[in-house]
Amino acid sequence: MSKLIPSSSLGSKAFGSERSARVGVLSLQGDFSEHLATLRGIGAEGVDVRRPEQLDDVDALIIPGGESTTIGKLAQNYGIIPKLRERSAQGMPVWGTCAGAIFLAKDVPGHPHPLAELMDITVERNAFGRQIDSFEADLDVEGMAGGEFHAVFIRAPKITRIGPGVAVLARLRDGTVVAVREGTLLATSFHPELTRDERFHRLFLTLGQG
Amino acid sequence: MASLQNTSGANGSTGTWTLKSGLARMLKGGVIMDVVTAEQARIAEEAGAVAVMALERVPADIRAAGGVARMSDPQKIIEIMSAVTIPVMAKCRIGHFVEAQVLEALGVDYVDESEVLTPADEQFHVQKHDFKVPFVCGARDLGEALRRINEGAAMIRSKGEAGTGNIVEAVRHLRAILTEIRTLAGLKDTGLDARAEEYRVPVELVRDVATNQRLPVVLFCAGGIATPADAALTMQLGAEGNFVGSGIYKSEDPARRAKAIVEATTHFTDAKLIAEVSRGLGEPMRGLSLETIPAGERLAIRGW
Repeated sequence: MSKLIPSSSLGSKAFGSERSARVGVLSLQGDFSEHLATLRGIGAEGVDVRRPEQLDDVDALIIPGGESTTIGKLAQNYGIIPKLRERSAQGMPVWGTCAGAIFLAKDVPGHPHPLAELMDITVERNAFGRQIDSFEADLDVEGMAGGEFHAVFIRAPKITRIGPGVAVLARLRDGTVVAVREGTLLATSFHPELTRDERFHRLFLTLGQG
Repeated sequence: MASLQNTSGANGSTGTWTLKSGLARMLKGGVIMDVVTAEQARIAEEAGAVAVMALERVPADIRAAGGVARMSDPQKIIEIMSAVTIPVMAKCRIGHFVEAQVLEALGVDYVDESEVLTPADEQFHVQKHDFKVPFVCGARDLGEALRRINEGAAMIRSKGEAGTGNIVEAVRHLRAILTEIRTLAGLKDTGLDARAEEYRVPVELVRDVATNQRLPVVLFCAGGIATPADAALTMQLGAEGNFVGSGIYKSEDPARRAKAIVEATTHFTDAKLIAEVSRGLGEPMRGLSLETIPAGERLAIRGW
Protein backbone atom coordinates (compact mmCIF):
# COMPACT_ATOMS: atom_id res chain seq x y z
CA MET A 1 0.00 0.00 0.00
CA SER A 2 1.24 3.46 -0.85
CA LYS A 3 1.29 6.38 1.59
CA LEU A 4 -1.00 9.24 0.81
CA ILE A 5 1.46 12.08 0.62
CA PRO A 6 0.01 15.59 0.37
CA SER A 7 0.75 17.15 -2.96
CA SER A 8 0.03 20.60 -4.24
CA SER A 9 -0.54 19.51 -7.83
CA LEU A 10 -3.65 17.73 -9.05
CA GLY A 11 -4.27 15.20 -11.79
CA SER A 12 -1.33 13.04 -12.63
CA LYS A 13 0.50 13.68 -9.37
CA ALA A 14 -2.35 13.40 -6.89
CA PHE A 15 -1.85 11.05 -3.90
CA GLY A 16 1.91 11.34 -3.98
CA SER A 17 4.80 12.94 -5.74
CA GLU A 18 6.83 9.89 -6.81
CA ARG A 19 4.38 8.46 -9.33
CA SER A 20 1.00 9.15 -10.90
CA ALA A 21 -2.14 8.21 -8.99
CA ARG A 22 -3.46 4.71 -9.61
CA VAL A 23 -7.22 4.95 -9.46
CA GLY A 24 -9.09 1.66 -9.47
CA VAL A 25 -12.50 1.38 -11.11
CA LEU A 26 -14.63 -1.52 -9.91
CA SER A 27 -15.26 -3.27 -13.23
CA LEU A 28 -17.67 -6.05 -12.32
CA GLN A 29 -20.50 -4.49 -14.33
CA GLY A 30 -21.65 -1.07 -15.54
CA ASP A 31 -20.04 1.96 -17.21
CA PHE A 32 -16.54 1.38 -15.85
CA SER A 33 -14.87 2.05 -19.22
CA GLU A 34 -16.31 5.59 -19.28
CA HIS A 35 -14.66 6.28 -15.89
CA LEU A 36 -11.37 4.79 -17.09
CA ALA A 37 -11.48 7.00 -20.21
CA THR A 38 -12.14 10.15 -18.14
CA LEU A 39 -9.25 9.27 -15.80
CA ARG A 40 -6.93 8.79 -18.78
CA GLY A 41 -8.03 12.17 -20.08
CA ILE A 42 -6.81 13.95 -16.92
CA GLY A 43 -3.53 12.08 -16.71
CA ALA A 44 -4.40 9.67 -13.92
CA GLU A 45 -3.79 5.95 -14.28
CA GLY A 46 -7.08 4.06 -14.29
CA VAL A 47 -7.03 0.40 -13.27
CA ASP A 48 -9.71 -2.22 -13.96
CA VAL A 49 -10.49 -3.91 -10.59
CA ARG A 50 -12.38 -7.23 -10.50
CA ARG A 51 -10.68 -9.11 -7.64
CA PRO A 52 -10.25 -8.14 -3.96
CA GLU A 53 -6.44 -8.44 -3.95
CA GLN A 54 -6.27 -5.74 -6.65
CA LEU A 55 -7.51 -3.22 -4.07
CA ASP A 56 -4.04 -3.32 -2.45
CA ASP A 57 -2.52 -1.92 -5.64
CA VAL A 58 -4.68 1.18 -6.06
CA ASP A 59 -4.69 4.55 -4.27
CA ALA A 60 -8.41 5.19 -4.72
CA LEU A 61 -11.50 3.41 -6.03
CA ILE A 62 -14.46 4.46 -8.16
CA ILE A 63 -17.64 2.39 -8.11
CA PRO A 64 -19.35 3.08 -11.44
CA GLY A 65 -22.93 3.28 -12.60
CA GLY A 66 -24.65 0.03 -13.43
CA GLU A 67 -27.19 -2.18 -11.70
CA SER A 68 -26.63 -2.07 -7.96
CA THR A 69 -28.14 -5.53 -7.42
CA THR A 70 -25.75 -7.06 -9.97
CA ILE A 71 -22.65 -5.20 -8.77
CA GLY A 72 -23.58 -5.98 -5.16
CA LYS A 73 -23.99 -9.72 -5.75
CA LEU A 74 -20.78 -10.03 -7.76
CA ALA A 75 -18.84 -8.01 -5.17
CA GLN A 76 -20.19 -10.21 -2.41
CA ASN A 77 -19.56 -13.51 -4.22
CA TYR A 78 -15.91 -12.63 -4.81
CA GLY A 79 -15.04 -11.10 -1.42
CA ILE A 80 -14.67 -7.47 -2.57
CA ILE A 81 -16.70 -5.95 0.28
CA PRO A 82 -14.55 -6.88 3.34
CA LYS A 83 -11.40 -5.85 1.48
CA LEU A 84 -12.96 -2.54 0.44
CA ARG A 85 -13.98 -1.82 4.05
CA GLU A 86 -10.42 -2.51 5.18
CA ARG A 87 -8.89 -0.20 2.54
CA SER A 88 -11.45 2.51 3.23
CA ALA A 89 -10.65 2.34 6.96
CA GLN A 90 -7.00 2.98 6.00
CA GLY A 91 -8.10 6.22 4.34
CA MET A 92 -8.41 5.16 0.70
CA PRO A 93 -10.76 7.56 -1.12
CA VAL A 94 -13.86 5.90 -2.62
CA TRP A 95 -16.42 7.48 -4.97
CA GLY A 96 -19.70 5.94 -6.06
CA THR A 97 -21.73 7.21 -9.02
CA CYS A 98 -25.45 6.26 -9.13
CA ALA A 99 -25.36 2.49 -8.48
CA GLY A 100 -22.00 3.18 -6.83
CA ALA A 101 -23.66 5.61 -4.40
CA ILE A 102 -26.17 2.89 -3.49
CA PHE A 103 -23.24 0.51 -3.00
CA LEU A 104 -21.59 2.89 -0.48
CA ALA A 105 -24.68 3.84 1.56
CA LYS A 106 -25.22 2.43 5.09
CA ASP A 107 -28.96 2.42 4.52
CA VAL A 108 -30.76 1.42 1.30
CA PRO A 109 -34.45 0.76 2.07
CA GLY A 110 -35.76 -2.41 0.48
CA HIS A 111 -32.43 -3.49 -0.97
CA PRO A 112 -32.37 -7.30 -1.04
CA HIS A 113 -28.86 -7.72 0.38
CA PRO A 114 -26.16 -5.73 2.21
CA LEU A 115 -23.56 -3.75 0.26
CA ALA A 116 -20.41 -1.94 1.44
CA GLU A 117 -22.21 0.25 4.05
CA LEU A 118 -19.41 2.83 4.24
CA MET A 119 -21.23 6.19 4.17
CA ASP A 120 -23.67 7.49 6.76
CA ILE A 121 -26.42 8.22 4.25
CA THR A 122 -29.78 6.78 3.22
CA VAL A 123 -30.16 6.26 -0.53
CA GLU A 124 -33.46 5.38 -2.22
CA ARG A 125 -33.20 3.45 -5.46
CA ASN A 126 -35.05 4.46 -8.66
CA ALA A 127 -36.46 7.36 -6.64
CA PHE A 128 -37.26 9.57 -9.64
CA GLY A 129 -39.19 6.85 -11.48
CA ARG A 130 -38.48 4.66 -14.49
CA GLN A 131 -36.27 5.33 -17.55
CA ILE A 132 -38.72 7.79 -19.17
CA ASP A 133 -38.31 9.95 -16.03
CA SER A 134 -34.49 10.03 -16.37
CA PHE A 135 -33.27 13.61 -16.86
CA GLU A 136 -30.38 16.04 -17.33
CA ALA A 137 -30.00 19.11 -15.10
CA ASP A 138 -27.48 21.85 -14.26
CA LEU A 139 -26.18 21.89 -10.68
CA ASP A 140 -24.44 24.42 -8.48
CA VAL A 141 -21.72 22.40 -6.78
CA GLU A 142 -20.33 23.57 -3.43
CA GLY A 143 -16.77 24.86 -3.87
CA MET A 144 -16.53 23.96 -7.57
CA ALA A 145 -15.20 26.73 -9.81
CA GLY A 146 -16.13 27.12 -13.46
CA GLY A 147 -19.90 27.45 -13.33
CA GLU A 148 -22.74 24.95 -13.15
CA PHE A 149 -22.11 21.22 -13.61
CA HIS A 150 -24.29 19.54 -16.25
CA ALA A 151 -25.47 16.33 -14.61
CA VAL A 152 -27.00 13.17 -16.16
CA PHE A 153 -29.49 11.23 -14.00
CA ILE A 154 -30.44 7.74 -15.27
CA ARG A 155 -32.98 5.78 -13.18
CA ALA A 156 -31.19 7.67 -10.45
CA PRO A 157 -31.29 7.28 -6.66
CA LYS A 158 -32.00 10.08 -4.17
CA ILE A 159 -29.95 10.75 -1.05
CA THR A 160 -32.76 11.11 1.48
CA ARG A 161 -30.85 11.29 4.78
CA ILE A 162 -27.34 12.41 5.68
CA GLY A 163 -25.47 11.73 8.91
CA PRO A 164 -23.76 14.44 11.00
CA GLY A 165 -20.35 14.01 9.33
CA VAL A 166 -21.69 14.29 5.79
CA ALA A 167 -21.48 17.48 3.70
CA VAL A 168 -23.94 18.27 0.92
CA LEU A 169 -22.17 19.22 -2.33
CA ALA A 170 -25.16 19.66 -4.63
CA ARG A 171 -28.95 19.74 -4.68
CA LEU A 172 -31.57 19.83 -7.43
CA ARG A 173 -33.80 22.89 -7.75
CA ASP A 174 -36.43 21.14 -5.63
CA GLY A 175 -33.90 20.64 -2.82
CA THR A 176 -33.19 16.92 -3.37
CA VAL A 177 -29.63 16.04 -2.30
CA VAL A 178 -27.67 14.49 -5.19
CA ALA A 179 -23.98 14.82 -4.21
CA VAL A 180 -22.35 14.38 -0.79
CA ARG A 181 -18.93 14.00 0.79
CA GLU A 182 -17.95 12.29 4.04
CA GLY A 183 -14.20 12.52 4.67
CA THR A 184 -12.53 10.72 1.79
CA LEU A 185 -15.83 9.26 0.55
CA LEU A 186 -17.86 10.79 -2.27
CA ALA A 187 -21.32 9.86 -3.59
CA THR A 188 -23.20 11.28 -6.58
CA SER A 189 -26.67 10.28 -7.84
CA PHE A 190 -25.60 11.27 -11.35
CA HIS A 191 -22.94 10.27 -13.90
CA PRO A 192 -20.03 12.73 -14.41
CA GLU A 193 -18.38 9.98 -16.50
CA LEU A 194 -21.04 10.41 -19.21
CA THR A 195 -20.17 14.07 -19.86
CA ARG A 196 -16.98 15.76 -21.02
CA ASP A 197 -16.75 17.74 -17.80
CA GLU A 198 -14.03 16.11 -15.67
CA ARG A 199 -14.26 18.47 -12.65
CA PHE A 200 -15.76 15.79 -10.37
CA HIS A 201 -12.97 13.37 -11.29
CA ARG A 202 -10.41 16.08 -10.48
CA LEU A 203 -12.19 16.81 -7.19
CA PHE A 204 -12.04 13.10 -6.33
CA LEU A 205 -8.29 13.01 -6.97
CA THR A 206 -7.80 15.68 -4.27
CA LEU A 207 -9.63 13.72 -1.54
CA GLY A 208 -6.67 11.64 -0.47
CA GLN A 209 -4.42 14.64 -0.05
CA GLY A 210 -3.46 16.16 3.28
CA MET B 1 -25.91 12.45 -33.84
CA ALA B 2 -29.19 13.32 -35.49
CA SER B 3 -31.81 15.66 -34.09
CA LEU B 4 -33.27 14.52 -30.83
CA GLN B 5 -36.45 14.92 -28.98
CA ASN B 6 -36.16 16.97 -25.83
CA THR B 7 -38.82 17.70 -23.31
CA SER B 8 -38.59 19.52 -20.05
CA GLY B 9 -39.46 17.74 -16.81
CA ALA B 10 -39.74 19.01 -13.24
CA ASN B 11 -35.98 18.89 -12.69
CA GLY B 12 -34.57 19.13 -16.23
CA SER B 13 -34.77 17.71 -19.76
CA THR B 14 -35.91 14.13 -20.41
CA GLY B 15 -35.80 11.70 -23.34
CA THR B 16 -32.42 12.96 -24.64
CA TRP B 17 -29.94 10.91 -26.65
CA THR B 18 -27.50 10.96 -23.69
CA LEU B 19 -30.17 9.45 -21.42
CA LYS B 20 -31.29 6.84 -23.95
CA SER B 21 -27.82 5.64 -24.94
CA GLY B 22 -26.64 6.17 -21.35
CA LEU B 23 -28.97 3.53 -19.88
CA ALA B 24 -27.42 0.95 -22.25
CA ARG B 25 -23.99 1.97 -20.92
CA MET B 26 -25.19 1.13 -17.39
CA LEU B 27 -26.07 -2.39 -18.59
CA LYS B 28 -22.58 -3.13 -19.94
CA GLY B 29 -20.84 -6.24 -18.70
CA GLY B 30 -24.22 -7.63 -17.71
CA VAL B 31 -26.80 -10.20 -18.76
CA ILE B 32 -30.36 -9.38 -19.85
CA MET B 33 -32.67 -12.35 -19.41
CA ASP B 34 -35.94 -13.29 -21.13
CA VAL B 35 -38.71 -14.00 -18.62
CA VAL B 36 -42.35 -14.94 -19.06
CA THR B 37 -43.61 -14.71 -15.45
CA ALA B 38 -43.06 -12.53 -12.38
CA GLU B 39 -41.51 -15.55 -10.66
CA GLN B 40 -38.94 -16.00 -13.46
CA ALA B 41 -38.19 -12.27 -13.27
CA ARG B 42 -37.42 -12.59 -9.56
CA ILE B 43 -35.14 -15.58 -10.23
CA ALA B 44 -33.32 -13.53 -12.90
CA GLU B 45 -32.85 -10.55 -10.56
CA GLU B 46 -31.64 -12.85 -7.77
CA ALA B 47 -29.13 -14.41 -10.20
CA GLY B 48 -27.70 -10.96 -10.96
CA ALA B 49 -29.39 -10.05 -14.27
CA VAL B 50 -28.99 -6.33 -15.15
CA ALA B 51 -32.43 -6.26 -16.80
CA VAL B 52 -35.21 -8.59 -17.90
CA MET B 53 -37.08 -8.88 -21.20
CA ALA B 54 -40.79 -9.38 -20.45
CA LEU B 55 -42.33 -11.88 -22.88
CA GLU B 56 -45.38 -14.10 -23.21
CA ARG B 57 -43.27 -16.88 -24.67
CA VAL B 58 -39.50 -17.37 -25.02
CA PRO B 59 -38.22 -17.57 -28.62
CA ALA B 60 -37.95 -21.39 -28.57
CA ASP B 61 -41.68 -21.58 -27.82
CA ILE B 62 -42.53 -18.85 -30.36
CA ARG B 63 -40.64 -20.92 -32.92
CA ALA B 64 -42.49 -24.10 -31.91
CA ALA B 65 -45.92 -22.43 -31.84
CA GLY B 66 -45.70 -20.80 -35.27
CA GLY B 67 -48.41 -18.31 -36.29
CA VAL B 68 -48.12 -14.55 -35.79
CA ALA B 69 -46.03 -13.47 -32.78
CA ARG B 70 -47.02 -10.06 -31.35
CA MET B 71 -46.26 -7.72 -28.45
CA SER B 72 -46.97 -9.35 -25.07
CA ASP B 73 -50.17 -8.78 -23.11
CA PRO B 74 -49.71 -5.51 -21.13
CA GLN B 75 -51.00 -7.30 -18.03
CA LYS B 76 -48.04 -9.69 -18.22
CA ILE B 77 -45.59 -6.81 -18.66
CA ILE B 78 -47.06 -4.88 -15.72
CA GLU B 79 -46.82 -7.97 -13.47
CA ILE B 80 -43.16 -8.35 -14.36
CA MET B 81 -42.47 -4.62 -13.88
CA SER B 82 -43.92 -4.75 -10.39
CA ALA B 83 -41.96 -7.90 -9.47
CA VAL B 84 -38.43 -6.50 -9.89
CA THR B 85 -36.41 -3.30 -9.37
CA ILE B 86 -34.05 -3.79 -12.34
CA PRO B 87 -34.97 -2.33 -15.78
CA VAL B 88 -37.69 -4.11 -17.74
CA MET B 89 -37.57 -4.34 -21.54
CA ALA B 90 -40.31 -5.53 -23.89
CA LYS B 91 -40.53 -6.36 -27.58
CA CYS B 92 -42.54 -4.74 -30.36
CA ARG B 93 -42.83 -6.01 -33.92
CA ILE B 94 -40.52 -4.49 -36.54
CA GLY B 95 -42.18 -1.31 -37.83
CA HIS B 96 -45.13 -1.53 -35.41
CA PHE B 97 -44.88 1.97 -33.96
CA VAL B 98 -48.19 1.67 -32.13
CA GLU B 99 -46.98 -1.36 -30.16
CA ALA B 100 -43.95 0.82 -29.34
CA GLN B 101 -46.24 3.66 -28.21
CA VAL B 102 -48.13 1.21 -25.98
CA LEU B 103 -44.90 -0.07 -24.42
CA GLU B 104 -43.76 3.52 -23.79
CA ALA B 105 -47.14 4.30 -22.19
CA LEU B 106 -46.73 1.25 -19.91
CA GLY B 107 -43.41 2.71 -18.74
CA VAL B 108 -41.07 -0.05 -19.90
CA ASP B 109 -37.42 1.01 -19.68
CA TYR B 110 -36.31 -0.21 -23.14
CA VAL B 111 -38.16 -1.36 -26.28
CA ASP B 112 -36.66 -4.16 -28.38
CA GLU B 113 -37.87 -3.78 -31.98
CA SER B 114 -37.41 -7.48 -32.58
CA GLU B 115 -37.20 -9.93 -35.44
CA VAL B 116 -38.32 -12.63 -32.98
CA LEU B 117 -41.86 -11.26 -33.43
CA THR B 118 -43.59 -11.29 -36.82
CA PRO B 119 -42.73 -8.06 -38.70
CA ALA B 120 -45.53 -5.52 -39.16
CA ASP B 121 -43.89 -3.45 -41.90
CA GLU B 122 -41.70 -4.80 -44.69
CA GLN B 123 -40.34 -1.40 -45.67
CA PHE B 124 -39.86 0.72 -42.55
CA HIS B 125 -38.60 0.20 -39.04
CA VAL B 126 -39.98 2.37 -36.22
CA GLN B 127 -38.71 5.98 -36.29
CA LYS B 128 -37.12 5.68 -32.90
CA HIS B 129 -36.00 9.29 -32.45
CA ASP B 130 -39.67 10.20 -32.03
CA PHE B 131 -39.83 8.34 -28.69
CA LYS B 132 -38.67 9.17 -25.17
CA VAL B 133 -38.19 5.48 -24.38
CA PRO B 134 -34.90 4.07 -25.75
CA PHE B 135 -34.80 1.23 -28.32
CA VAL B 136 -32.51 -1.73 -28.91
CA CYS B 137 -32.43 -3.37 -32.36
CA GLY B 138 -30.83 -6.46 -33.85
CA ALA B 139 -28.23 -6.44 -36.62
CA ARG B 140 -26.33 -8.98 -38.73
CA ASP B 141 -23.70 -6.61 -40.09
CA LEU B 142 -22.44 -3.04 -39.75
CA GLY B 143 -24.78 -1.59 -42.39
CA GLU B 144 -27.83 -2.93 -40.60
CA ALA B 145 -26.51 -1.69 -37.24
CA LEU B 146 -25.91 1.83 -38.62
CA ARG B 147 -29.33 2.00 -40.31
CA ARG B 148 -30.94 1.21 -36.96
CA ILE B 149 -28.77 3.77 -35.12
CA ASN B 150 -29.65 6.37 -37.75
CA GLU B 151 -33.34 5.67 -37.05
CA GLY B 152 -32.66 6.25 -33.34
CA ALA B 153 -31.67 2.89 -31.85
CA ALA B 154 -29.70 3.64 -28.65
CA MET B 155 -28.32 0.10 -28.34
CA ILE B 156 -27.50 -2.66 -30.84
CA ARG B 157 -27.46 -6.43 -30.39
CA SER B 158 -26.49 -9.20 -32.75
CA LYS B 159 -29.53 -11.04 -34.07
CA GLY B 160 -28.13 -14.52 -33.84
CA GLU B 161 -30.80 -17.13 -34.44
CA ALA B 162 -33.12 -16.83 -31.44
CA GLY B 163 -34.60 -19.87 -29.76
CA THR B 164 -32.04 -22.34 -31.10
CA GLY B 165 -29.52 -22.57 -28.24
CA ASN B 166 -26.97 -22.43 -31.08
CA ILE B 167 -24.37 -19.65 -30.88
CA VAL B 168 -23.10 -19.93 -34.46
CA GLU B 169 -25.23 -17.16 -35.99
CA ALA B 170 -24.54 -14.70 -33.17
CA VAL B 171 -20.80 -15.30 -33.63
CA ARG B 172 -21.17 -14.70 -37.36
CA HIS B 173 -23.02 -11.40 -36.78
CA LEU B 174 -20.64 -10.13 -34.08
CA ARG B 175 -17.60 -10.93 -36.21
CA ALA B 176 -19.18 -9.25 -39.25
CA ILE B 177 -19.92 -6.02 -37.33
CA LEU B 178 -16.53 -5.83 -35.61
CA THR B 179 -14.51 -6.76 -38.71
CA GLU B 180 -16.31 -4.18 -40.84
CA ILE B 181 -15.58 -1.52 -38.18
CA ARG B 182 -11.87 -2.36 -38.40
CA THR B 183 -11.80 -2.17 -42.21
CA LEU B 184 -13.21 1.38 -42.03
CA ALA B 185 -10.01 2.51 -40.31
CA GLY B 186 -8.00 2.19 -43.53
CA LEU B 187 -10.42 4.12 -45.75
CA LYS B 188 -9.99 7.64 -47.11
CA ASP B 189 -12.85 10.06 -47.83
CA THR B 190 -14.01 8.46 -51.07
CA GLY B 191 -13.97 5.01 -49.47
CA LEU B 192 -16.07 6.26 -46.55
CA ASP B 193 -18.51 7.92 -48.96
CA ALA B 194 -18.90 4.62 -50.80
CA ARG B 195 -19.57 2.76 -47.54
CA ALA B 196 -22.15 5.34 -46.49
CA GLU B 197 -23.93 4.84 -49.80
CA GLU B 198 -23.74 1.06 -49.48
CA TYR B 199 -25.04 1.17 -45.89
CA ARG B 200 -27.68 3.82 -46.77
CA VAL B 201 -26.69 6.08 -43.85
CA PRO B 202 -25.15 9.58 -43.56
CA VAL B 203 -21.39 9.66 -44.09
CA GLU B 204 -20.94 11.47 -40.74
CA LEU B 205 -22.11 8.31 -38.97
CA VAL B 206 -19.64 6.13 -40.92
CA ARG B 207 -16.86 8.64 -40.24
CA ASP B 208 -17.63 8.58 -36.50
CA VAL B 209 -17.36 4.77 -36.44
CA ALA B 210 -14.15 4.83 -38.51
CA THR B 211 -12.51 7.36 -36.16
CA ASN B 212 -13.62 5.90 -32.84
CA GLN B 213 -13.34 2.28 -34.00
CA ARG B 214 -16.59 1.37 -32.29
CA LEU B 215 -20.32 1.87 -32.70
CA PRO B 216 -21.62 5.12 -31.17
CA VAL B 217 -23.88 2.94 -28.97
CA VAL B 218 -23.41 -0.16 -26.83
CA LEU B 219 -23.17 -3.52 -28.66
CA PHE B 220 -24.58 -6.64 -26.97
CA CYS B 221 -24.76 -10.22 -28.18
CA ALA B 222 -28.07 -12.04 -28.55
CA GLY B 223 -29.35 -15.22 -30.09
CA GLY B 224 -28.37 -18.73 -29.04
CA ILE B 225 -26.38 -18.29 -25.80
CA ALA B 226 -26.91 -21.45 -23.71
CA THR B 227 -23.80 -21.93 -21.52
CA PRO B 228 -21.36 -19.83 -19.42
CA ALA B 229 -18.69 -20.55 -22.04
CA ASP B 230 -20.98 -19.19 -24.79
CA ALA B 231 -21.40 -15.99 -22.76
CA ALA B 232 -17.64 -15.58 -22.29
CA LEU B 233 -17.01 -16.35 -25.98
CA THR B 234 -19.14 -13.43 -27.14
CA MET B 235 -17.44 -11.11 -24.61
CA GLN B 236 -13.97 -12.17 -25.78
CA LEU B 237 -15.06 -11.52 -29.36
CA GLY B 238 -15.97 -7.95 -28.39
CA ALA B 239 -19.59 -7.91 -27.22
CA GLU B 240 -20.24 -5.53 -24.29
CA GLY B 241 -22.88 -7.75 -22.64
CA ASN B 242 -25.32 -10.58 -23.35
CA PHE B 243 -28.99 -11.22 -23.90
CA VAL B 244 -30.02 -14.74 -22.91
CA GLY B 245 -33.41 -15.99 -23.95
CA SER B 246 -34.49 -19.58 -24.13
CA GLY B 247 -31.09 -20.79 -22.88
CA ILE B 248 -31.95 -20.28 -19.20
CA TYR B 249 -35.54 -21.37 -18.65
CA LYS B 250 -35.29 -24.24 -21.17
CA SER B 251 -32.45 -25.77 -19.13
CA GLU B 252 -32.57 -28.17 -16.18
CA ASP B 253 -31.62 -25.73 -13.38
CA PRO B 254 -32.44 -22.16 -14.51
CA ALA B 255 -31.42 -20.35 -11.28
CA ARG B 256 -27.94 -21.89 -11.18
CA ARG B 257 -27.39 -21.54 -14.92
CA ALA B 258 -28.49 -17.89 -14.82
CA LYS B 259 -26.01 -17.10 -12.03
CA ALA B 260 -23.22 -18.98 -13.83
CA ILE B 261 -23.85 -17.05 -17.07
CA VAL B 262 -23.73 -13.74 -15.13
CA GLU B 263 -20.39 -14.66 -13.55
CA ALA B 264 -18.91 -15.85 -16.85
CA THR B 265 -19.96 -12.58 -18.50
CA THR B 266 -18.13 -10.53 -15.84
CA HIS B 267 -15.01 -12.70 -15.58
CA PHE B 268 -14.97 -13.58 -19.27
CA THR B 269 -11.18 -13.99 -19.55
CA ASP B 270 -10.88 -16.19 -16.44
CA ALA B 271 -11.06 -19.76 -17.78
CA LYS B 272 -10.61 -21.32 -14.32
CA LEU B 273 -13.58 -19.40 -13.00
CA ILE B 274 -15.69 -20.30 -16.05
CA ALA B 275 -14.77 -23.97 -15.50
CA GLU B 276 -15.80 -23.68 -11.85
CA VAL B 277 -19.20 -22.08 -12.52
CA SER B 278 -19.89 -24.55 -15.36
CA ARG B 279 -19.47 -27.65 -13.14
CA GLY B 280 -22.57 -29.81 -12.73
CA LEU B 281 -25.00 -27.24 -14.11
CA GLY B 282 -27.30 -29.96 -15.44
CA GLU B 283 -28.67 -30.26 -18.95
CA PRO B 284 -28.56 -27.13 -21.12
CA MET B 285 -31.41 -26.52 -23.55
CA ARG B 286 -31.32 -29.17 -26.26
CA GLY B 287 -30.81 -26.75 -29.11
CA LEU B 288 -31.23 -26.81 -32.86
CA SER B 289 -28.76 -27.24 -35.66
CA LEU B 290 -29.21 -24.42 -38.17
CA GLU B 291 -29.39 -26.81 -41.14
CA THR B 292 -32.59 -28.30 -39.73
CA ILE B 293 -34.41 -24.95 -39.83
CA PRO B 294 -36.20 -24.29 -43.16
CA ALA B 295 -35.13 -20.97 -44.74
CA GLY B 296 -38.63 -19.54 -44.24
CA GLU B 297 -38.41 -20.11 -40.48
CA ARG B 298 -35.13 -18.25 -39.96
CA LEU B 299 -35.78 -15.21 -37.74
CA ALA B 300 -32.53 -13.33 -38.44
CA ILE B 301 -33.49 -12.55 -42.05
CA ARG B 302 -36.36 -10.35 -40.81
CA GLY B 303 -35.50 -6.64 -40.91
CA TRP B 304 -33.94 -4.54 -43.65
